[in-house]
Amino acid sequence: MSSEWPLWEVFIRGQHGLNHRHVGSLHAPDAEMAIKNARDVYTRRNEGVSIWVVPSNQITASVPSEKGPMFEPSKSKIYRHPTFYDIPDEVGHM
Amino acid sequence: MYAQMVQSTGTLKTREEMDERERAFQDRIDAGEKIEPQDWMPEGYRKTLVRQIGQHAHSEIVGQLPEGNWITRAPTLERKAILLAKVQDEAGHGLYLYCAAETLGVSRDEMTEKLHDGEMKYSSIFNYPTLTWADIGAVGWLVDGAAIMNQVALQRTSYGPYSRAMVRICKEESFHQRQGYSIMMKMAAGTPEQKRMAQDALDRLWYPSLMMFGPSDAESVHSAQSMAWKIKVSTNDELRQKFVDQTVPQAEYLGLTIPDDKLAWNEEKGGYNFSEPDWQEFHDVLAGNGPCNADRMAARRTAWEDGAWYRDGLVAHANKRAAQRMAAE
Amino acid sequence: MSALCEFALRMGDNTLILGHRVSEWCGHAPVLEEDIALANTALDLIGQTQMWLGLAGEAEGEGRTADDLAYKRDAWDFRNLLLVERPNGDFGQTLMRQFLFDAWHHPMLTWLAENSKDQRVAEIAEKAVREAAYHLERSSDLVIRLGDGTDESHRRMQDALAYHWTYTGEMFEADAIDRELADAGIAPDPAAMKPGWDALIGEVLAEATLSVPENDFAHKGGRRGQHTEHLGHILAAMQFLPRAYPDARW
Repeated sequence: MSSEWPLWEVFIRGQHGLNHRHVGSLHAPDAEMAIKNARDVYTRRNEGVSIWVVPSNQITASVPSEKGPMFEPSKSKIYRHPTFYDIPDEVGHM
Repeated sequence: MYAQMVQSTGTLKTREEMDERERAFQDRIDAGEKIEPQDWMPEGYRKTLVRQIGQHAHSEIVGQLPEGNWITRAPTLERKAILLAKVQDEAGHGLYLYCAAETLGVSRDEMTEKLHDGEMKYSSIFNYPTLTWADIGAVGWLVDGAAIMNQVALQRTSYGPYSRAMVRICKEESFHQRQGYSIMMKMAAGTPEQKRMAQDALDRLWYPSLMMFGPSDAESVHSAQSMAWKIKVSTNDELRQKFVDQTVPQAEYLGLTIPDDKLAWNEEKGGYNFSEPDWQEFHDVLAGNGPCNADRMAARRTAWEDGAWYRDGLVAHANKRAAQRMAAE
Repeated sequence: MSALCEFALRMGDNTLILGHRVSEWCGHAPVLEEDIALANTALDLIGQTQMWLGLAGEAEGEGRTADDLAYKRDAWDFRNLLLVERPNGDFGQTLMRQFLFDAWHHPMLTWLAENSKDQRVAEIAEKAVREAAYHLERSSDLVIRLGDGTDESHRRMQDALAYHWTYTGEMFEADAIDRELADAGIAPDPAAMKPGWDALIGEVLAEATLSVPENDFAHKGGRRGQHTEHLGHILAAMQFLPRAYPDARW
């Protein structure tokens, strides 16, 4: 049996200059071919202008079950969000 | 559906029978939370998902074959391009689904080998032949119609990667059923021979399409646990009824006759009464005795085995390049 | 038939027949990613066919559409290179055929897009050249990788090269039509494309550790309608429906 092509995570930046977004994964023998395959697999409908690929085994992920301590502290910091502040109508848009 | 008769591992437990982790897991699912790859999950959940997503992926891949059968014979350049783009999409959908299954710790090559060994299944529908050009229309209209019905529901499935694959697939599939129906419209309004082809395609593919949803809920032993885990979101009978209700007016518009004497509107249930497919035939097909099982599997095995040197050659080259880069650094 | 019409047929028949061949792989390629990539190539080629044969019909002036030309001509009226009708063989043969063709097709389209005095030709080439650039990038990369891969992949690619080699010379032969086109500035003199092709092929094959065959024999005839036995079978499949049901609309 042949050795399996490694798995890559694919990130694509769309037309409008937004951040690269994770769109899925694919198999390829190396990074250069992963880019080509990503072009053929994930931009068939003209979805992107820039592609990143990362070997899946190089991704370090936070542990979801620990997401309490990881993310909840930021929930209480509502003052980081603009909606926290009341601006008088007279002041106009801010 | 694309995943029929997926055996659910683990019997449905009551809350009291669950241990603490299982209860917390079930609570998350009940609260509509998505389960992600690194989360703890019951072994049965993982196994059932691998089976279901794998079967779904295999169906997309084997499903390339009956339609691919007509790519070289499509009657216009535009139809050829549309069909090719569509069958290419199926390959893409298989790819997304394999990736979703891979997050559960099983590799694509492993699943492929299991398909070829007969250990994993694919949808019964793809063991039926495409005999005329109208079949390409009917496959898009009926088979994709049935598949979309299930897939739209599965966007809400509890496993994150599966749900996200479904979202992408549904977005891309929206043209598939339409292109099928557009072929049927041309055929049904065409020459007498074309109309005959269209009716013949409906006659042959109607019941196999109904079978796609799997056996009746009463007989479906695997449903309860999968529903509790939200691996399955609608029952077989619900989806089948919805499919019939949606399809009958479409057939009427085409001026085609659904091959069912018992088909009748039932005011009380707000849906059609219709005849059950021949479930013996369904089980025969699943057991390997459909008209095309042997051909489909032979085609997949040949593609895989004949392609081994290609896959290996590219790995060897990638290794050489990596070694050269290492040496240069 | 005008030289322009003849030229559009030659270009369009190449893409039609090669697109057909490549599409035969759909569902049968060695790996999913490749299946999808090949379908993209075939789709590009079919799209180019619609443009070239559309132009041919227009230049002919008898009201024939691209579909009429694709589906209602017999083999002797086809003007494609013999190379593109060669059977798919193993995947190496398919890739090698693609590379040998792309290495001619891309520079050809580049010339047409930049220099053709016929505006319609230049416009079609302008659109097609971007697709062809990617085809060439992919096929040359794969030839290099497989040539310099395992012993088996190397052997298969070298065999594939030998299998197709004597069908490459036809790309550079010139007849009276080519001379008329070159004089009118519509298309380049085919022979003028040869040095560039030789250089590109030499470079890629060297990197692929493959040796350029020494046989300089060239099979010819496709561009004047004398084909291999294979084309008839391609057309038998491709044209079956419109011929069996001539009154039907699809």
